[in-house]
Amino acid sequence: MSLSAKVSESSRYTAAHSKVYWAIHDGLVVTWRDLIKLPRSPDLLVFGLIQPIIFVLLFAFVFGGAIAIPGGGDYRSYLMPGVFVQTIAFAGAATSVGISTDMTKGLVDRFRSLPMARSAVLVGRTLADLVRGSITIALMSLTGLLIGWRIEGGFDNAVMAYALLLAFGYAMSWVGATIGLSVGSPEVAQTAGFIWLFPLTFLSNAFVPTQGMPDWLQPIAEWNPVSAIVAAERQLFGNPNPFADGSTLPQQYPILVSIMWIVLLLVIFMPLAVRRYRTATTR
Amino acid sequence: MRATDLVKRFGSVTALDGVSFEVEKGTVTGLLGPNGAGKTTAVRILTTLLKPNAGEAEVAGLNVVTQPDEVRGRIGLSGQYAAIDEDLTGRENLEMVGMLFHMPRAVARARANELLVRFDLEQAGDRPAKGYSGGMRRRLDLAASLVANPEVLFLDEPTTGLDPRARISMWQVIKDLVKDGTTVLLTTQYLDEADSLADQIVVIDHGRVIAKGTPDQLKREVGGERVEVHLLKVDQIQQATSALQFLATAPITSREDCVMVPVTGGGSSVVEAVRALDADGIGISEIGLRRPTLDDVFLSLTGHTAASEEAEAPRPRFGRRRKAA
Ligand SMILES: Nc1ncnc2c1ncn2[C@@H]1O[C@H](COP(=O)(O)OP(=O)(O)OP(=O)(O)O)[C@@H](O)[C@H]1O
Ligand SMILES: [Mg+2]
Repeated sequence: MSLSAKVSESSRYTAAHSKVYWAIHDGLVVTWRDLIKLPRSPDLLVFGLIQPIIFVLLFAFVFGGAIAIPGGGDYRSYLMPGVFVQTIAFAGAATSVGISTDMTKGLVDRFRSLPMARSAVLVGRTLADLVRGSITIALMSLTGLLIGWRIEGGFDNAVMAYALLLAFGYAMSWVGATIGLSVGSPEVAQTAGFIWLFPLTFLSNAFVPTQGMPDWLQPIAEWNPVSAIVAAERQLFGNPNPFADGSTLPQQYPILVSIMWIVLLLVIFMPLAVRRYRTATTR
Repeated sequence: MRATDLVKRFGSVTALDGVSFEVEKGTVTGLLGPNGAGKTTAVRILTTLLKPNAGEAEVAGLNVVTQPDEVRGRIGLSGQYAAIDEDLTGRENLEMVGMLFHMPRAVARARANELLVRFDLEQAGDRPAKGYSGGMRRRLDLAASLVANPEVLFLDEPTTGLDPRARISMWQVIKDLVKDGTTVLLTTQYLDEADSLADQIVVIDHGRVIAKGTPDQLKREVGGERVEVHLLKVDQIQQATSALQFLATAPITSREDCVMVPVTGGGSSVVEAVRALDADGIGISEIGLRRPTLDDVFLSLTGHTAASEEAEAPRPRFGRRRKAA
């Protein structure tokens, strides 16, 4: 018995396109691998989707009456962009857990012994998490619409709002990937991947206006990247945005500052994660 | 393929301490050694998964440290633990590997099909791999390492955990590959496996090469045939040793209830041994003529059998062949 392929075939295929082409191709192959698993564990998918919906409902109904928005406005309209950003930020934790689980499996040895791009496993995982994040955001948007949230900034701005949201989620996935590759086990990643996200998302304007915070906390919340993204979302969706009353850079130019944050995170964490991946050996 | 003075340290552990060997194109080399000898470490260096602290290695004429991508395009690796995606089906696993070798999708698909048939996985091909038995996983893993029809194939303990029938069929697969011109480096703790598959054997222990050669050369090194007697009563070892002294061509050794007498007379030595022991009233539970196995090679080289290491090792996976007398 002999296989039909010729020995040189694989390198001939590789030679037909550039390194960048194959880096994208390999990343998409790994994305495909991560995504075809989704429908195979429907329970995981269902609970992953229920969680953010519960979040929307809890905040809307529990805090809704208690929190007054400076300058007026409905709390539910105010809340939705905050919950969006929080949810998408937590995609980073999912990436931490996913990557560190992958690293404990023999499969990584297979990947590392193939002539594929070194970045592919990480590109694949982060893109798959982006797709998952998009589904979640779509579902949350529907829930929001049901409880009275409205998109009031026009179609173009709404498209931009979603794009910015997903770009931020993607950048956070790379931060999460770096954490996942730095810790020793999926169990540690489970905690390490989440723990920093709570202060990050709560010390911001996501759920309460920064005006009500103690003086020493206000600058922290104002310069928190999450605040910039949330403010940009509120501006683009046309929702109440008391954050814009302030005079700092993120308060005045939230969209610009958000884009800068996203670029900064990607520029730092993409190469960092790829480097960690290269040196990590499976345990 | 050539390894020259490979050294690999993990913190204070020296896994490889200057390992050198060469493998001719189209031959099978068995890397033999007990748990922790450094077999997997050597394979991981040769397959570009690890960088050596010192030394050099060439695979298919390419340097594994400076040309890792070129090396990866020409090798197949089936590691000690099956490297497959549990959540994907067998077919999807193979297609994915094909596409990561940059085959067009249709080619990857055809190859996956071909390999599923060849490894008797057609039936299970569309079920998630997590439902596969150990033997099926091994086969799928080997199939994955063959997707790009590699020039050099690395198999790290390819038959560990397989039942005897599955082992034999795995051996046949490996033999077929070699017939097609593939160069194979396999690691094993099974001495009979190295004996039956390998053209050359490299024995390593504690990160050092302690012997190299063809199976026959190694056996010759250990000496010729011998009569092995298992006694009914262990306390008669001394008595039996002196009763058989007249037959011995070299010093007699003993282990547990067994006396080993180097002889040259073939079958008639057994007859003489039976007579002598019977005359002295020493009970025999088993007796036979034994030609040296790699087990003996191991014993004489390392001072312990590969099997005796088993007691200390945390993962007892060492199957020692007991030759029936
Ligand atoms: N990643 C690692 N970190 C620390 N020590 C390691 C690592 N990999 C291997 N070692 C050590 O190096 C030595 C050789 O290990 P290796 O896995 O190469 O042995 P082996 O011959 O394959 O053994 P086995 O038959 O058990 O598979 C062992 O002492 C092992 O503990
Ligand atoms: Mg090993």
